[in-house]
Amino acid sequence: MTAARRKPRYSALALLREGLRGQSGWGPAWRSPEPKRRYDAVIIGGGGHGLSAAYHLAKDHGVTNVLVIEKAWLGGGNTGRNTTIIRSNYFNRESQDLYDASLKLYEGLSRELNYNIMFSQRGSIELAHSAADMEGLRRVVNAMQVSGIESSLLSRDEVLAMVPLLDPSPNTRWPVVGAAIQRRAGVARHDAVAWGYARAADGFGVDIVQSCAVSGFLIQGGRVKGVETPFGLIEADVFGMAVAGASPEMARLAGFKLPLLCMTLQAMVSEPLKPCLNHVVASTPNGAYVSQSDKGELVIGGGLEHVPSFARRGDLRKTAEVLASVVEMFPAFSTLKLMRQWGGTVDTSPDNSPILGPSPVPNLYLNCGWGTGGFKAIPIGGKMLAHLMATGKHHALSAPFGLERFATGRLIDEAHAGVAHD
Amino acid sequence: MTNPGPMICPFCGPRDAGEFRYGGDPKAARPAFGSSDAEWAGYLYVRENARGVAKEYWVHSQGCGQWLIAERDTVTHVIQRISEATA
Amino acid sequence: MTGPVRIAKAGGCALPFTFAGRSMQGRAGDTIASALLANGISTVGRSFKYRRPRGILSAGEDEPNAIVDVTLNGVRVPNVRATTQALEAGMQVSPVLGRGAALLTKLLSPFLASGFYYKTFLWPNWHMFEPAIRRMAGLGRIDPASRMSAGPGGNLSVDLCVVGAGRSGLRAAIRGAQAGQSVLLVERQDVPGGSSLWRGGDGVAGLLSEARAVGVTVWTGSTAFGAYENGRLGVHRQGDSVTLGGSLWVVQAAEVVLATGAIERPMLFERNDLPGVMLADATLNYLRRHGVLCGARPIVATNNDSAYPVALALAEVGAKVTVVDSRPPSERSAAAAKRGIRVLTRARIARALGRGRVSGMVLADGQRIEGDLIAVSGGWTPTLHLYCQAGGKAIWDEGKSILVPAFPVPGISLAGRVAGKWEAPDDLPWAWSAAPEIPGDGVSRKVWIDLQNDVTLGDVELAARENFTSIEHLKRYTTLGMATDQGKTANLLGAAAMAQATGRATTDLGLTTYRPPYVPVPMAALAGLSRGPVQSPLRRLAAEAAHRAMGATLWDYGGLLRPAFYGADEGSIVEECLAARQGAVVFDASSLGKVAVMGPKAGELLDFLFAGRMSTLQPGRIRYGLTLNEAGIVTDDGVVLCLGPDHFLVSCSSSHVGGFVASAEEWRQTRFGRDAVLIHDRTAHWATMSLSGPKAKAIMAGLGIVGTLDDDAFPHMAFVMGQFMGREARVARVSFTGERGYEISVPAGLAVALWPSLIEAGAVPCGIEALGVLRAEKGFIYVGQDTDGETMPHDLGFDAPRLKRRMGFVGDRALQLPVAGDADRKQLVGLAREGGGVIPAGAHLIEDGPRRSIGFVTSSHQSPSLGRGIALALIEGGRARIGEQVTWFDLGKTGRATVTPACAYDPDGSRLHV
Repeated sequence: MTAARRKPRYSALALLREGLRGQSGWGPAWRSPEPKRRYDAVIIGGGGHGLSAAYHLAKDHGVTNVLVIEKAWLGGGNTGRNTTIIRSNYFNRESQDLYDASLKLYEGLSRELNYNIMFSQRGSIELAHSAADMEGLRRVVNAMQVSGIESSLLSRDEVLAMVPLLDPSPNTRWPVVGAAIQRRAGVARHDAVAWGYARAADGFGVDIVQSCAVSGFLIQGGRVKGVETPFGLIEADVFGMAVAGASPEMARLAGFKLPLLCMTLQAMVSEPLKPCLNHVVASTPNGAYVSQSDKGELVIGGGLEHVPSFARRGDLRKTAEVLASVVEMFPAFSTLKLMRQWGGTVDTSPDNSPILGPSPVPNLYLNCGWGTGGFKAIPIGGKMLAHLMATGKHHALSAPFGLERFATGRLIDEAHAGVAHD
Repeated sequence: MTNPGPMICPFCGPRDAGEFRYGGDPKAARPAFGSSDAEWAGYLYVRENARGVAKEYWVHSQGCGQWLIAERDTVTHVIQRISEATA
Repeated sequence: MTGPVRIAKAGGCALPFTFAGRSMQGRAGDTIASALLANGISTVGRSFKYRRPRGILSAGEDEPNAIVDVTLNGVRVPNVRATTQALEAGMQVSPVLGRGAALLTKLLSPFLASGFYYKTFLWPNWHMFEPAIRRMAGLGRIDPASRMSAGPGGNLSVDLCVVGAGRSGLRAAIRGAQAGQSVLLVERQDVPGGSSLWRGGDGVAGLLSEARAVGVTVWTGSTAFGAYENGRLGVHRQGDSVTLGGSLWVVQAAEVVLATGAIERPMLFERNDLPGVMLADATLNYLRRHGVLCGARPIVATNNDSAYPVALALAEVGAKVTVVDSRPPSERSAAAAKRGIRVLTRARIARALGRGRVSGMVLADGQRIEGDLIAVSGGWTPTLHLYCQAGGKAIWDEGKSILVPAFPVPGISLAGRVAGKWEAPDDLPWAWSAAPEIPGDGVSRKVWIDLQNDVTLGDVELAARENFTSIEHLKRYTTLGMATDQGKTANLLGAAAMAQATGRATTDLGLTTYRPPYVPVPMAALAGLSRGPVQSPLRRLAAEAAHRAMGATLWDYGGLLRPAFYGADEGSIVEECLAARQGAVVFDASSLGKVAVMGPKAGELLDFLFAGRMSTLQPGRIRYGLTLNEAGIVTDDGVVLCLGPDHFLVSCSSSHVGGFVASAEEWRQTRFGRDAVLIHDRTAHWATMSLSGPKAKAIMAGLGIVGTLDDDAFPHMAFVMGQFMGREARVARVSFTGERGYEISVPAGLAVALWPSLIEAGAVPCGIEALGVLRAEKGFIYVGQDTDGETMPHDLGFDAPRLKRRMGFVGDRALQLPVAGDADRKQLVGLAREGGGVIPAGAHLIEDGPRRSIGFVTSSHQSPSLGRGIALALIEGGRARIGEQVTWFDLGKTGRATVTPACAYDPDGSRLHV
């Protein structure tokens, strides 16, 4: 089924035609209309999750009178700032079900959206540096296998054969003892995910407005009636927010607080190189992870600085710390140069699991708290938010992730169980 | 106008920011044992998380070990005031 | 003869090097780029996407084209910027991109517009195409065997840091030093002077000696690459060779003056990427600094006055210069004409001519001009990167035709060209700033904006048509400004082109975020000396030497280097286990916490910190306890010794000492008050050897450390004071093995003496591996291994905190939450594998229909004493399942096991008294 109904299809043939006529026939990937005064549904946040929610509202539920409001530019938040890793190697069943559903959606996403998001399922390798690490990985791998999700352990020799640039010496600070691998995991072109969803949602008639910050909610009778914007009040029956890094602020505008803390996550890239690393490689003990983009840059991320921060910028100390670990694991990387570094604001929840579900204001729904791993969840996060907005009820996959779990104590603790980064 | 400069411990003087560790929101009164589940969850998990100047606990963990209260801008990370935390 | 040539006869000593395998000679003082130009090389590589030949454009860090791999002394360094890297003898220089399938890409180029890859490769999937695309992309090649080291860096605190040692920077530095400030002057080039080194200008030598005289510290070869929080600058000091990583310095300056100059912009015309098109200022740089004339018949194309001194200098050395100025005639153009230079005014360059390199140009009016070099000046972009990184914003000033700071940033000021100030070189009017000129309709769109990433004017316009009009979308969709030069010459042109394509003013569009680093920085320098064993260093035991002398194998246990076992291999673990059950073993328990808590509120604090009450403990007695966090989750277990009234010693587990002290201090300082109780971590002051086994008492008696070993006077969970080698010793009767145990603590310095005396007395050395088996046989937990982020005390069998004590301790309220009463909570139990073998640790217990995990094995060993496998596991409703059969799953294999109590050995504890 063609998602982008009103869009001319992208294909090799279309590319050939446009090549011959000087690329003059391509239309806008999405429109930039003036917003109307009233919609059936309004989604705050034009990142991956918000755009995916708009797409699923239209596609799954037939709700097309939808507005997506973005305060800056589409995909400019964490969608465009992350290290693009997609995986589902989680420990708890609830998380596995959610993230693996997302991974499955990613597997078909390029064709579904008619937009090449370049999902490269090159495998994600989680290194063990000690026997205890290996035991921990075995616990996670078994958890996944029991749930029917592909994952396996690798011996030291297997890891070194797959990642020859790793230091094989037993005397390095981070010796390779073994690893876990999820072969279906990989990386994708992050911006393309936002653009692909935007184009497809636009094709359904969804309005997208950029450079439009929500400055307040009009709440009447305990329900959200509309949002205040530079275009004035925009009304709707139902609202969703997917504003990672600004969730607590947005909640405050709507009159409630969230169990989240915003922190800065560091990311960086090296200068581009010819292919030298064919997998995503991560180390839980030192918190560093690295992959090579299709352009050839090494994309490196590191542990989170546990300090409330909205700085959204690169930090030197953390960068140096991450690079020291990376160079210790990959000594040849010492000959490379760091080209660009930046920070993203992530909202982290107490159990490292997202919050999906109704907010304390009945017709406002939440999609937040993804921490460092929101990118991999874009397809499912949007689908769940759309389901909540359209039906007012949880989807089975999102039910365990509601806000009420903090009061009952039924957390979905991924912080002390599985691998908790990227 | 000059740069904000390094972090200043009221006990040790100016020190590298790496010596300090963030310690959470200054404790709201710990709810009484008879409080509701939601109140306890609020105490446990809900944070001010202000964008801009926030009151925070910091501890000079690699120094004198003292707990401090800082007024810090969460956007620029500039500390405007810092003092000893008291019971 | 056309193209670049060295005209200076004299110069530094000869330096041999190779380029693409050809032997060449450079001179001391050359950059790789100047040496290549001196050897007549104009094409240094190929473009990224279309494989078009590319030449050297600039003479600085703005260079998009001249990126090369360099091998020297067996070390290969990829992606070296030839325009800033000093030449060294013996360098093997190779272009990062060869011809590749140039013809193919030429034919394909109409189809490879920006973002083409988003629109295709959908069928069957991306994996079909990705490997080929990856091979085509990327610049340099990494050599797996090459390594680069860093020099020692550090932190430096100064009153004033001036970035850029041109004239403006030198003056700012001198002013600061004269006012009494400590001043650091950071200069990226090898010598101070900035653009004066080729632009001329008097007094630089004088300024430099004055700066030195007033105490300015001058760092050359040093780049301030980033402005970070609280006014910190990251400075990279380059190494003495391309193969050395240099060092990282963090400079904390109260004030920063940026005297970073400005970067010249290219001009936009058809085939503006042809080798032989260079920045005008760069041609002057090569002439004056390296004696290289980049062309005998240069065409200087400009839209501002700054190119005139270049034209005059080129003419002075005999070049036949034509100036093409897009503006009306001026005093300056007239003056140049008077000096015999051919000047065309109101003349706009439309197209470069030449096969492989420049042979001339065509003007917009169709006129052809011959020449072997096109030196362009399209205006200047102030280098505002550090100001922007520090929180500033650069905006286009329509009136002044230049990029300016939108608002001041505290602590940062600007001097010289970056501030829009450039002193005239003579008495004539001096209009050096100019707006970018974007070719209008009717002109080919194959005009290069980002040379390294092959982004053309047509690409920008395509992005505009497709609504990628935000400046950040432009960057991400077209990759404009994302190459190794980070768009230093391209970003403003790209923004202007987008503004034109969308009918907006450049001022409305803004620029993309300036992200650090300003130039790529060697990872070796950033990683610094934190390599090998000093990277998160392991903690070690006082008696390590004694353990090694006994043949111990030492492993890393959570950052602590401890004896794993003694003897040749892991086989000795079994012997160690049996010795503990049959004779006596000793293990080094020195890393166990010894945290003193004292003062009038000591008991009260401990009662709050532990899930069990501690204040009722009598002097000389010991009690086991759990600590929780406020969510009710077990964070540690340990024992508390009552040393005397209001004086306790907490012995927490080795890996949780820091966490316990931090948490205890937090509560002490923020709840109990600093004056009522004191916490003192004495862990490192005492060494502890733990003697355990049925023969332990006899060995203790022989050592004579304590007076009495009578079990009534000195029962289990009590301690007495004694003496060892004339110093105080504390002996505690505790047991982590289940056997009678004596923990002997002595001042740390005596560890090396105590250990051998225990061995001589007949104790068998025992490592952590055997200990892990012994305690698992007893069902004693390791918090963190046998518990997880959901484990509460009652999951471990400790019901009292939740049901009896209920309140008054950390985590109390959480134990009353609904979750704490769930029937399916994971509880700690034991497992006995069917047939007696070992279930791998990390295996799960499963339930079928549909298959799901009901828990997992946390510890598992072959028990030498019991002759069967034993395991600890967290299982949903585990205690109710004792006696039942469950299925385990490990990496596809399954088997059966019986759920047992966690304690498999000596459940009634009688061994403690043997």
